[in-house]
Amino acid sequence: MKSKVATKEAALEKIQDGQTIMFGDWHGELSAEELITGMLEKGVKDIDAIAVSGGMPDQGLGRLINEHRVKSLITTHIGLNPVAGQQMFAGELAVEFVPQGTFAERIRCGGAGLGGVLTPTGIGTDVERGKQRLIIDGKEYLLELPLRADVALIKAAKADTAGNLQFRLTGRATNSYMAFAADTVIAEVEELVEVGELGPDEIDVPAPIVDMVYVRQGEKKPICPMWQRARAKAEAKAAAKAAEGGKQ
Amino acid sequence: MAELTGRALIAARCAKFFKDGDFVNLGIGLPLMCVNYLPEGVELWMEAEIGIVGCGASPAWDDVDPDLIDAGGQPASVIPGGSVCDHATSFAFIRGGHIDATVLGTLQVDQEGNIANWTIPGKMAPGMGGAMDLCAGVKKIIVATDHCEKSGASKILKKCTLPLTGARCVTDIVTERCYFEVTPTGLVLRELAPGYTVDDIRACTEADFTVADEVGVMA
Repeated sequence: MKSKVATKEAALEKIQDGQTIMFGDWHGELSAEELITGMLEKGVKDIDAIAVSGGMPDQGLGRLINEHRVKSLITTHIGLNPVAGQQMFAGELAVEFVPQGTFAERIRCGGAGLGGVLTPTGIGTDVERGKQRLIIDGKEYLLELPLRADVALIKAAKADTAGNLQFRLTGRATNSYMAFAADTVIAEVEELVEVGELGPDEIDVPAPIVDMVYVRQGEKKPICPMWQRARAKAEAKAAAKAAEGGKQ
Repeated sequence: MAELTGRALIAARCAKFFKDGDFVNLGIGLPLMCVNYLPEGVELWMEAEIGIVGCGASPAWDDVDPDLIDAGGQPASVIPGGSVCDHATSFAFIRGGHIDATVLGTLQVDQEGNIANWTIPGKMAPGMGGAMDLCAGVKKIIVATDHCEKSGASKILKKCTLPLTGARCVTDIVTERCYFEVTPTGLVLRELAPGYTVDDIRACTEADFTVADEVGVMA
């Protein structure tokens, strides 16, 4: 079987200015962090991004937003990235907010050859604007249209050389369905194994829909900067408390 | 136990809505405080939007796993018997009517059961996240909120003025002063917090409401 294992340079060749790119992640965690670093270094810009959130300024897609590489963002929440909020209010970043369940189903439609999804979510709210409203069996629904991208950047725990992917725990969240919805699917993985080592029911995304596998070179599971800061803060607080207790 | 007041009272009252084995979604902050006040013998399946059924307590820092995170991107754990799923499946639980109850904080709520909690145009727009899906699909939607804004203005209105998160979906409103049930004919005052009278509630509530035949004490 043809190997889909690629170098960072080969993967980055597929990522160009002005593309629509889906980022599999969760607030920038569980994302293809090394390829995003590569995009920053390469200077990729004018990205139309699709991601469940705006990441964090120092994590995932948020790092690209921070460097003004993203011109539009289809997302559900940017609360953990104040930089995205500032750019939105300054008119530098065009943001389309989509209810989170609708976000997932629009991408699923894009990857599954469906022309759209009928959802009750958003009925009676501003989300209705400009959308077709249908009544099915007496209940109102909005027609929400598919989302697709030029490139999907996926993060998985493990891959085999053929391109089969396996997620760990919540790593599957958005990485799973985004792998179906782009012309080029690039997966960054922590570990590479030979074909056959992942059994039929251990594979979350099958090889034929994955185009490239990039194996993470640095730390396999780095701790998110937000967690590191929270831990340092908690430990400093505990130390201060202990010191105070010692004085008494 | 000392008499509960304020946010603790709200959380404790909301917790009484839950039955053993309920599948619930509780947002961060006040809604999540409900788990501290669950009645004896009540255990819940807590959902996290990212795709956890049976989300457990925050792990110790030495036990965190970068692959196991909650809706807010914080370290998470899974209770025995719990499971993970992808994010589309997680919202199938929410929209599909599989979640028994959710507790939501809010900016405004009104007498028709409309809720506005996701944006103040021009000022605050973090995005709606999963809130609109919860409003569309969860059976029991409990609003847990301060009765009034810091200015003293009522948060329980005749009609929400901010953009809605969900239309005619709220089933119950719990504040530090009282509990209203939302019925097809409007709000019904069912319980008062210790120290409050019906007249007190009328004085601080913009919405119209009727008073139940028997008004209980919130606890």
